[in-house]
Amino acid sequence: MQPVKPRLPGLVGMLLAALTASSALAQQTLTIAAFPAVDDIVRAAIPQWKRLHPNVEIKVVSRQFSDHHTAMTTALSTSFYLPDVMALEVGYVGRFAQGGGLDDLSRAPYNIGQFAPRYVPYAIAQATNRKGAVVAAPTDIGPGTLLYRIDILEKAGLTQADLTRSWDSFVDSGAKIKASTGSYLMAHARDMKDILIRTGIQPGEGLYFDDQSDVLVNTPRFVRAFELARKVRQLKLDAKVSAWSNEWSEGFKRGTISTQLTGAWLAGHLNNWLAPGTKGQWRAAQLPEGAYAAYGGTFFAIARGSPKEHKQLAWEFIQLMTLNRDVQINAFRTQDAFPALIETYDDPFFDQPIEFLGGQKARLGWREAARKITAVTVHKQDAFADEVINTELDKVLDRGKDIATALADAQRLLARRAHR
Amino acid sequence: MKLPEALRLSPEKAPYVFLSPFVLLFAVFGLFPLLFSLYLAFQTWEPTNGLGAMTYVGFENYRFALQDEWFWKSLKNTAWLAIASGVPQHVVAIPLAVFIHSSFKRLRNGVVGAYFMPYITSTVAIAILFSSLFSTDYGLINVGIQAMANVPGLGWLMPADPIDWLGDPGNIKPAIAMLVFWRFVGFNVVLYLAALQTIPKDIYEAATMDGAGRLQQFFFITLPSLKPMIFFGVTLSVIGGLQLFEEPFILTGGRGGSDQAGMTTAIYLYRMAFDFNDFGAASAMSWLLFIVVGVLTWLTNIAFRSPRSSV
Repeated sequence: MQPVKPRLPGLVGMLLAALTASSALAQQTLTIAAFPAVDDIVRAAIPQWKRLHPNVEIKVVSRQFSDHHTAMTTALSTSFYLPDVMALEVGYVGRFAQGGGLDDLSRAPYNIGQFAPRYVPYAIAQATNRKGAVVAAPTDIGPGTLLYRIDILEKAGLTQADLTRSWDSFVDSGAKIKASTGSYLMAHARDMKDILIRTGIQPGEGLYFDDQSDVLVNTPRFVRAFELARKVRQLKLDAKVSAWSNEWSEGFKRGTISTQLTGAWLAGHLNNWLAPGTKGQWRAAQLPEGAYAAYGGTFFAIARGSPKEHKQLAWEFIQLMTLNRDVQINAFRTQDAFPALIETYDDPFFDQPIEFLGGQKARLGWREAARKITAVTVHKQDAFADEVINTELDKVLDRGKDIATALADAQRLLARRAHR
Repeated sequence: MKLPEALRLSPEKAPYVFLSPFVLLFAVFGLFPLLFSLYLAFQTWEPTNGLGAMTYVGFENYRFALQDEWFWKSLKNTAWLAIASGVPQHVVAIPLAVFIHSSFKRLRNGVVGAYFMPYITSTVAIAILFSSLFSTDYGLINVGIQAMANVPGLGWLMPADPIDWLGDPGNIKPAIAMLVFWRFVGFNVVLYLAALQTIPKDIYEAATMDGAGRLQQFFFITLPSLKPMIFFGVTLSVIGGLQLFEEPFILTGGRGGSDQAGMTTAIYLYRMAFDFNDFGAASAMSWLLFIVVGVLTWLTNIAFRSPRSSV
């Protein structure tokens, strides 16, 4: 009996302490909604967050990519179950920026303007809508690159310069590759159209619409993209397979696809699961003809309707994720998430050779590209325009439709929607 | 053992209490969405702005839908698919039901079950199965066609190259129609079998006495007697065919296929709302589709109500 007596008050005290602690924690839980890879990056940053805010728990709600964005759309439209911070892919940032569902981070209490020079310029521009509101903070970006099989290129007696000098020389090289090795130049002619319509966009223009919602489809930019895509198809230089299909990954594994126009992150996917057996045979180059383009990117945003008492903490969390050098570099090292924070660009990790790319220091090239990419203004009918342009391209490629007619048809369809 | 007074239901209230689960569920999942879509059809709405962001636009959404090329294209696709998958269902199901009715005794339930199986199988499982069946290079359907091409005398009927079922706009619709036919033919067989059992045997006996052959019996006894069930089955096919969504949605990866060849109206209005962010126009289109379904059902009714019929 003796030992029990002194213990009892201690136990009660501990219980009380635990109770109060848990109720304090219950008041301070920050909910972060994210999708795969980003969720891991967030979880990896929790220890650092705990050092800043020991009393604030982080709860990560993770869903598959499209489920996540559908859930965020629904949450925004009903203002129910809004997380404190949401991760958004760049396409959705543009879409949501049209409405007023996300907080403008350029205003008080956020004032992202003071940090703006620290982000890659095009990424912050992507999150800025026409009224000048900054609806999200960039965390990772996808600088465009040309990945190619050096072994196939050498077999065809070509060099990297032959691929990148101009788009015409790129296609001509493709013909030589096909003739001497049998490999296709690219997965689908559409891939080249996608990059060509994104190059040479003038200030004030978007991809498909300009500032005044005038349709830009019937322009030399689109004519050239369609003509080159058609040439690729006529010379039988594309495998006619879509990205992320089984045939696509099989094409990489077997070496039937010799190049891919893509975001820098694809090198990581190729290494990890798409075609690990081709290690050392790939190289990265800048896009042909001095083109620079972005492929994807991730942002963090705060919904206008999310709990007011958490907004300050939510903003501090976003700052940790996007403005902390260690968090950004760690995400780059572990998840191939290319940093949006410029001050990380002097990190020694950029100078490290990439084994999958035969020891090439490819990150240096991607870093250069990241600085040169310009943002393209987003229009709310972009998703529909994508669909229309791809349909017309299919008609040109598969059924020999005249390019001028195809673009005029697309122009007419889009003009009807432009102002809706 | 009796319940205490407080827990007992009075006879006046009891019906309402027992009805309430259905009424409640129907109100939440049936009536509310219906009314909400009717309301939305007259609004323009940027959904990410929240529920307060709707503006009344009158009939603008209807005007847009009626002038939209893709809406008409989707209606044509839907009509094509409804006819190509609906008509064969009945043309095959009736003789098949008669055959099963007359030829199978002990095995009957097993045979009917086999035909009914696709109807109760999950659409996702079916879609995975058919996506691989329709695969251009390795799909069983193309392998089968290739094998038939090697049969002497049949070769000239078969295409030389493997058919790109789900990529070529010309082939998407037949592929979908085959799947829909396969899925629902068994359901119609069951309908007609049930109707066949209600035809009195003595009519056939009398016909045999009068010297009528099997074919004559089929056309002059079986078919007229099945008419009420044909009306029922065709009505279900008309409604189901016009609302066709799942099968083409999954076979075309949710996009409607190359050149939107497999994009039914139901898929288009889904995409209008969730891909193209235009809930107002999508709602207007859904009500236009409702009108089309209503009119065609009414026409079916008229077609089956001939003066001599008892329907």
